[in-house]
Amino acid sequence: MMNEKKEALRLEILKYIEKHSRVELGELAVLLGVEETDVANEMAEMEKEKIICGYHTLIDWEKTGVEMVTALIEVRVTPQRDRGFDRIAERIYNYPEVSAVYLISGSYDLLVTLEGRTLMEVSRFVSEKLSPIDEVLSTATHFILKKYKDHGTVMVPKKESERMLVMP
Amino acid sequence: MRNPLSKKIIDIQPSGIRKFFDVANEMKDAISLGVGEPDFDTPWRIREEGIFSLERGRTFYTSNAGLQELRNEICKYLKRKIGVSYDPKKETLVTVGGSEAIDVGLRCMLDPGDEVLLPQPSYVSYLPCTVMADGVPVVIPLKSENEFKLTVEELEEYTTPKTKVLIMPFPNNPTGSIMTREDLEPIAEFVKEHDLYVLSDEIYSELTYGTEHVSIASLPGMRERTIVINGFSKGFAMTGWRLGYCCGPENIIEQMIKLHQFAIMCAPTTSQYAAVEGLRSCEAEVQEMRKSYDQRRRFLMNEFKRMGLECFEPYGAFYVFPSIREFGMTSEEFATRLLEEEKVAVVPGSAFGECGEGFLRISYAYSLDELKEALGRVDRFIRRLRGQEL
Repeated sequence: MMNEKKEALRLEILKYIEKHSRVELGELAVLLGVEETDVANEMAEMEKEKIICGYHTLIDWEKTGVEMVTALIEVRVTPQRDRGFDRIAERIYNYPEVSAVYLISGSYDLLVTLEGRTLMEVSRFVSEKLSPIDEVLSTATHFILKKYKDHGTVMVPKKESERMLVMP
Repeated sequence: MRNPLSKKIIDIQPSGIRKFFDVANEMKDAISLGVGEPDFDTPWRIREEGIFSLERGRTFYTSNAGLQELRNEICKYLKRKIGVSYDPKKETLVTVGGSEAIDVGLRCMLDPGDEVLLPQPSYVSYLPCTVMADGVPVVIPLKSENEFKLTVEELEEYTTPKTKVLIMPFPNNPTGSIMTREDLEPIAEFVKEHDLYVLSDEIYSELTYGTEHVSIASLPGMRERTIVINGFSKGFAMTGWRLGYCCGPENIIEQMIKLHQFAIMCAPTTSQYAAVEGLRSCEAEVQEMRKSYDQRRRFLMNEFKRMGLECFEPYGAFYVFPSIREFGMTSEEFATRLLEEEKVAVVPGSAFGECGEGFLRISYAYSLDELKEALGRVDRFIRRLRGQEL
């Protein structure tokens, strides 16, 4: 495929599967007006190139009754010579209960998203694992109370359509 | 007591399939593919601007022709989209939906007995509006073998010395047909040669697929004999805001403003403020909606192919217009049975003129999931009709 066309197709695929990761390849090909093999090839390549990093599911845990708290933790750290923030970030993201770590511009350095079963569990992680790291200067923990919208999806119930059934 | 009604109003036939519409709208549990309006909510920044204008207490009339700010944006938008420049002060009128512009435009251009060329299948209001303006509607039945495009041969056949106005309903509701520049060129030549005027209803101009919309007004010598009608309902998903506009030569627009002033005063103020935001900053949202429609359009064409249902590929609006002639029933019979037996509502092609008989208008202003469910039912229905295995 021509490079420009390839890039355009890749972008179309990514935009679509970002919202509908379970779409069948044949159907995606129809929607985009291309051949199924082209879609399959590009997706395989993008998986190999780690452009596509995974196919995850957005779950509203609140509805399942499973206890779960999510915290956003602001972390101020001293960057290390040569390695900047990377090694400290690694020390933090290796914990399985950490779901995201971002380097942030502004008044703090790292934003850590943490998932735990209880407030206790989260605060224990902060006091026992996070704060004792030498380079960590301070932390501020914020608990998420309600998710209105997550990953571009509105989590609160949507209204029924009020359109007429038929009209010219 | 005297009859309170005018003969003219009594003589206008109500839509022949109104019964079908009434029945369909009562069936609350049916899946619909029958609506002529977007399934998207109006982009939030537009709604927010409307709310803000109410908070600010902007609850007064605007000038008759519309907010100057909005008219300026409309003219910039048209320049950008169709490459035609209009004077926002003298050549632009903001109306209550595109439909008002159709009505007022015809009233301003027609004398009793003037003939109006009206290609069908097309939107239902052109004919009664022509009659109310004392014009004589002359229907041009478009042909499925031409993919429901208007040809110059057809124009020749129906033009008489009394013909004054040609209505150009493209991109077309209900067929989804569009007219490309090459399609429009001979039409424009004919119009100029016969000194006709054009009422170009471009309400679906944002919704063309694989190609950009071309306005007949942009062709050489056509600007001075064309009224371009457009609006926010379809492209910006703003049907309920009731906001449209028209641009054209000053001498016509001036008279339209006069009539609009007496009948309407001005278009809704809240909608006008909201629409300014739409034109300034919603290009990305509009293009996203267009892309979704295009995906659904491809999905439907693929499904029809699979079912063996004859349908030309339409490149505009959000309708497909498959043929059901193989089943030997009228469109209304087919639509009624489909509604009763499978609870899917579609609009019989005959609602849009006699030449729409034998076709269905299927709207894809629905989510892919809704389309899948509905098409599954249509598939089951036509298999039963064909006596095929389910």
